[in-house]
Amino acid sequence: MCGIVGLFLKDRGLEPRLGSMLTDMLITMTDRGPDSAGIAIYGADNPAVSKLTVQSDSPDQAFATLEADLGAALDSPVHLRRKDTHAVLEIPRGRLSEAAAALAGISPGIRVMSSGDTVEIYKEVGLPTEVAERFDLRAMSGTHGIGHTRMATESLVTTMGAHPFNTGADQCLVHNGSLSNHNRLRRKLRREGMHIETENDTEVGAAYLTWRMQNGASLGEALEGALTDLDGFFTFVFGTKDGFGVVRDPIACKPAVMAETDQYVAFGSEYRALVNLPGIEAARVWEPEPATVYFWSHSDTPTPTEKAA
Amino acid sequence: MQTIDMATTPLRDLNATLQAQAEATNLTAWEIENPRGSHAIAVGLDAPIEVTVKGSTGYYCAGMNKQARVNVRGSVGPGVAENMMSGTVVIEGDASQYAGATGHGGTLVIKGNASSRCGISMKGIDIIVHGNVGHMSAFMAQSGNLVVCGDAGDALGDSIYEARLFVRGSVKSLGADCIEKEMRPEHLALLADLLERGGCDARPEEFRRYGSARQLYNFNIDNAY
Repeated sequence: MCGIVGLFLKDRGLEPRLGSMLTDMLITMTDRGPDSAGIAIYGADNPAVSKLTVQSDSPDQAFATLEADLGAALDSPVHLRRKDTHAVLEIPRGRLSEAAAALAGISPGIRVMSSGDTVEIYKEVGLPTEVAERFDLRAMSGTHGIGHTRMATESLVTTMGAHPFNTGADQCLVHNGSLSNHNRLRRKLRREGMHIETENDTEVGAAYLTWRMQNGASLGEALEGALTDLDGFFTFVFGTKDGFGVVRDPIACKPAVMAETDQYVAFGSEYRALVNLPGIEAARVWEPEPATVYFWSHSDTPTPTEKAA
Repeated sequence: MQTIDMATTPLRDLNATLQAQAEATNLTAWEIENPRGSHAIAVGLDAPIEVTVKGSTGYYCAGMNKQARVNVRGSVGPGVAENMMSGTVVIEGDASQYAGATGHGGTLVIKGNASSRCGISMKGIDIIVHGNVGHMSAFMAQSGNLVVCGDAGDALGDSIYEARLFVRGSVKSLGADCIEKEMRPEHLALLADLLERGGCDARPEEFRRYGSARQLYNFNIDNAY
């Protein structure tokens, strides 16, 4: 059992409250996943900047000279913003893989939580309320975000085993369920050149979706592909720079509830997670159908499988 | 009218209060405010009382019900009226998966749609759904009636024993050992009564009946209707 939440804002006036609304939803899902918690927030798009969110178990030491060291390696100014065990590194737009490679040389103990233009991922072991407090998640603003409370089944309870999993620029996945063919698929994806860090099943799901999109699939096609290529139980919420997608396996035993108003689209593992949202009493509330892909996008020209805000 | 506000009353106290109502209680009408998706509301009741939940609920609402009538003015999460023995449960909105699972008796009315596995392993309960039901509904259904005024999803009645399934709309597919059966006068009469109890504005003649081909289990004539 795990808990998933997601919130996609249509009303830009709510953007300063995204972190606070999503944190409330996340904490309500504590019963479904008290091991660890994580959140991905898509913030303002600064066209000059890309971002790496990194983590260290000894952040005082690891982050002390990181800003200067990475700046020197990239020969360009880097801005570091620390939050507890995490730090967001703002680097020149488009130099993400270069920066990630440089980081490995500077400090091998540093782990990359997320990489992209607008996404920041914070995740740690502990109760969702503690995790939210440590990273001051309530203060965050953004256009959309997804979160996860974990009750581990497939891999260790560690920072790296927590969701969301980021496997491509601005792409991340949260998952309720368990995949049964992840070992074989991990070997296959690694042969295809995908970077997979952990023994966790969800990371393989995330890498699968990223791999499909790197090979020309739209998000909708990648999520459709998951229905045939992934074996096991899953309710997925997949975040991208523009929005998020939802898909459930054909058996659909892992719960999901969605709500839509003129102001937002919200996802929760249970209706409880949605009850504090503004105007929920009048929202259209429904259960996503099994084996059906849903997508909401801020993009002006969404692909045929996306739904524009 | 007794009112219990879940914003101030813990769930266990709410259920203990309702469960304490005896056969001869004169406190017959109860309203529950602020359910806010909570789980296990109004479970294990065993008195002829009427409980109205003013909002949507989480898992297992009205589970193991006996005698009581439970109305939900909203939608319900998974497992509503699970293992009901008698009484009536009426949902104004939608029901999530396995509504009415293993129910032995009583009536469950869902005025919206029910999702997957509605009536799984039903053992005598009557379930009337105004909208659609999802896949694997009435899986291993043993006894009772499932009425669907809308459409049914994949694998309806898979591995069914002796329950009767009535569907007005389309059936995406039938499960193993489930077949369409003729609608005889006694079935039309039974269905008319079920539709009336469910408050459905539908005519029995619009429905098709499905049931067991009796090839998959050791058929015992004493179980037959």
